[in-house]
Formats: sequence, C-alpha cells, structure tokens
Amino acid sequence: MECVFGLVGNGFTIVVADTSAVHSILVHKSNEDKIMKLDSHKFIAASGEPGDRVQFTEYIQKNVALYQFRNGIPLTTAAAANFMRGELATALRKNPYSVNVLLAGYDKETGPSLYYIDYIATLHKVDKGAFGYGAYFSLSMMDRHYHSGMSVDEAIDLVDKCIVEIKSRLVVAPPNFVIKIVDKDGAREYAWRESVKDAHAPPS
Amino acid sequence: MSRRYDSRTTIFSPEGRLYQVEYAMEAIGNAGSAIGILSKDGVVLVGEKKVTSKLLQTSTSTEKMYKIDDHVACAVAGIMSDANILINTARVQAQRYTYAYQEPMPVEQLVQSLCDTKQGYTQFGGLRPFGVSFLFAGWDKNFGFQLYMSDPSGNYGGWKAAAIGANNQAAQSMLKQDYKDDITREEAVQLALKVLSKTMDSTSLTSDKLELAEVFSSPSGNVKYQVCSPETLTKLLVKFGVTQPAAEAT
Repeated sequence: MECVFGLVGNGFTIVVADTSAVHSILVHKSNEDKIMKLDSHKFIAASGEPGDRVQFTEYIQKNVALYQFRNGIPLTTAAAANFMRGELATALRKNPYSVNVLLAGYDKETGPSLYYIDYIATLHKVDKGAFGYGAYFSLSMMDRHYHSGMSVDEAIDLVDKCIVEIKSRLVVAPPNFVIKIVDKDGAREYAWRESVKDAHAPPS
Repeated sequence: MSRRYDSRTTIFSPEGRLYQVEYAMEAIGNAGSAIGILSKDGVVLVGEKKVTSKLLQTSTSTEKMYKIDDHVACAVAGIMSDANILINTARVQAQRYTYAYQEPMPVEQLVQSLCDTKQGYTQFGGLRPFGVSFLFAGWDKNFGFQLYMSDPSGNYGGWKAAAIGANNQAAQSMLKQDYKDDITREEAVQLALKVLSKTMDSTSLTSDKLELAEVFSSPSGNVKYQVCSPETLTKLLVKFGVTQPAAEAT
C-alpha cells in the first residue's frame, strides 16, 4: 500500500514516499523512487497506478522544462500546481490519470510550499498532507506533533515517527522509504530509511 | 520592382522581400501616431486621434488605447478593424494563461504569443497580414514595467521609448535625443506630449485630438491602467505649454 506524505518547515519542505513497486502479491523492487524532481526547486511525490504515475509526472516535468526554455524564467510552485491540476481536470472526464500528487517547492519570493493534488483534480495548498493507507497514520501523527516553523531536525524526527507508525500498524507496510527536501539551495535527496535491502545472489 | 510577387502574402520576392508585409506597414504609416515611453514608475502611452468630433462618447470608447488584462494595455496604429481582432486574441491569450496558471501572464510572453499569431498570416493560409502596429505597456513581477512594439511582420522588441504610425521616424529620433534612463512618469508624459505635438500635422493640440493612458503602480501596490480624462488632459497640455490656452486663440 503506497504511502506518500510531506510537511512544510522553516524555509524548507520535506516529502517522503515509500519505495516499493508492487504488482498484486509480488514486490518487483523495493527501491523505486517515486519522488520526481520537477526543476531545481520542486519535487512531485506521486502515488497511484504505476503506469499513470510515470506518464503523468514525466509529462508535467517536460512541460515545466519547456516553459523555462521558452520563457527564460521558471514557473512558480503555485503556477506549476495549478497547471498540474488543470491537466488532471481536463483528462478527468475522458481518460483520467489515477495519480495522487504532493508538490513540494521553494520560491524565492514566497518561501517553501506544499500542494495536495488528488486524482480528481482537487487542489489544496497545505502545511502537511498525505496519500494512501499510510495517511491514516502519518496524518494523525503530524496532527499531534506538527507546528509551523519546525527545524530540519524536528521535521525529520516527526517523519521518522510517522514511518515507525506506518511500519508497525499498517498490515502490508512498505519496508523502505525515501526522504527528500527542498529549500533555498534547491531540491535534493535527504535520506533513505531501509528495513529490507535487495539480496544479492551468492558468488558461484 | 517585382510587382508580380506582391499579390500573394506567402511568397518571397526575388530580392527576398515580403511585399504584402511591407505594404501593411505602409498602411500604418498613414494612420494616427502613437508614442510610448517607459519610466521607472510606469509606462506612458499617447495617441493621436484621427476621428475628432464633439459627438464622440469619450468616456466609454477609446480609439487608440485598449486594456488587454489588468496589468497590460496597448496603443494601436493602423486599420482599426484589424486591431480589434488582435486585441481580442490578446485578451483571450491572457485569460487562457491565467486560467492555466492562476497568475497574470508575463508581458513579454503575451506579446510573443500575439506576434506568433501575426507571423502566421505572413507564412500560411493565403490571408493578408494585419495592418496594425502595437505598443504594449505592462507590468509583471519578473521585469517590472515594460514597453514593447510589434509590427505586421510579427517582429517585436522591448523599448525604452517608441513611436508608431504617421511620422514615427521623426518622433523616434526626437525621443532618442530627449529620453533619459531615470525619467519619471510625469516627465515621460511631458516628453510624450511634446514629441507628439511636434510630429502631428495639426497646428494646435487640444485634448479631443489626443488620448493619454498610463500603466503604473497605485499607492496600494496594485498595477493600474488609467486613461486620462479630457479635462485633465487639457490641463496637462496647458501646463506643458504644448497648446494655446483658449483666451489666446484668435
């Protein structure tokens, strides 16, 4: 069951996603990166149908890049979020994308932001958000411990608390997670939390 | 002159010219002039009205100045009916952008988009080009106040001061002499009125022969587009000494 969640801190936004690629009862791989870099200061953490997820996020990523090439300036996080919502809305009554997205970004003028966009093109600007069954646990945990203006250490501590809850309480909990951060210095990977590493075949 | 090559827009002449585009620019050279000046705190647009009549409803209709979006306006020179089509196109493009991104469209992108439309009429479809030149005045958060000029070919450029329409070359050289980079909005109004009064054919300037509009920041911080009322315009003309006060006219 896919888990994606994120929160806004003091001058940064953190997004976390599980890294299992699952088909029915089989786990294809447990190091699948579901948080795509949109541009230098934006991430999309996406969950949903694997084909749609990659198709939609890459489509958005290339359109965002095209905008920057054409116009010499990057899109703001808000503009990118509204553009994404518009694409989901247009596709909705024809060929919907089954993808839920958390867009995390940092703009020089407005600071860090997080946008919740679900598969039926709901758009909300939020301080904390989550998708999937894991949301039941991570959202409750964040409701309890989140406050605005958290430092990176406090935020990571809260993230780890959420991951512990998911792993201990969700029946088919994903074992591995990736944590990524966006701040004024850009969008980058922060850490992995792994319980299960891919086993290597013994040398023959 | 290779007149055999000028009846179709979509072909080059042997000298490499697009005659229809050039003829369109000729048409604009006979139209009422317009001047735009960029200042630190706003953009000033002044236009010469060819249709003057006391019967004109000046409060609701303008001949030269049009608002494209809350943050962009334009002055036109050329065939008015062509201009109306393009102004509508520009308005739709601006709203379409805001619909997608929930933000005002950056000024250069709007100009570029409209110019792409104009270019299409020089390359395919077999339709004649638009006989209009524009001066776009606007503000956006990326580059602040901006002034752009575009012509029937679909070319555009960013300008500090520009003139289109009748006598635009004379106006342009006058602007080049007197423009300075740190000009204020009030000085820009004065310069625009002065240049227009020198290049217009008529002997005296009165407010019914002109239109003046400004794009500037209101005290509350919002961008405003304002057309000057005839009364205020008359006062400005007298103040800057470009018109005869009523008492002196014989």
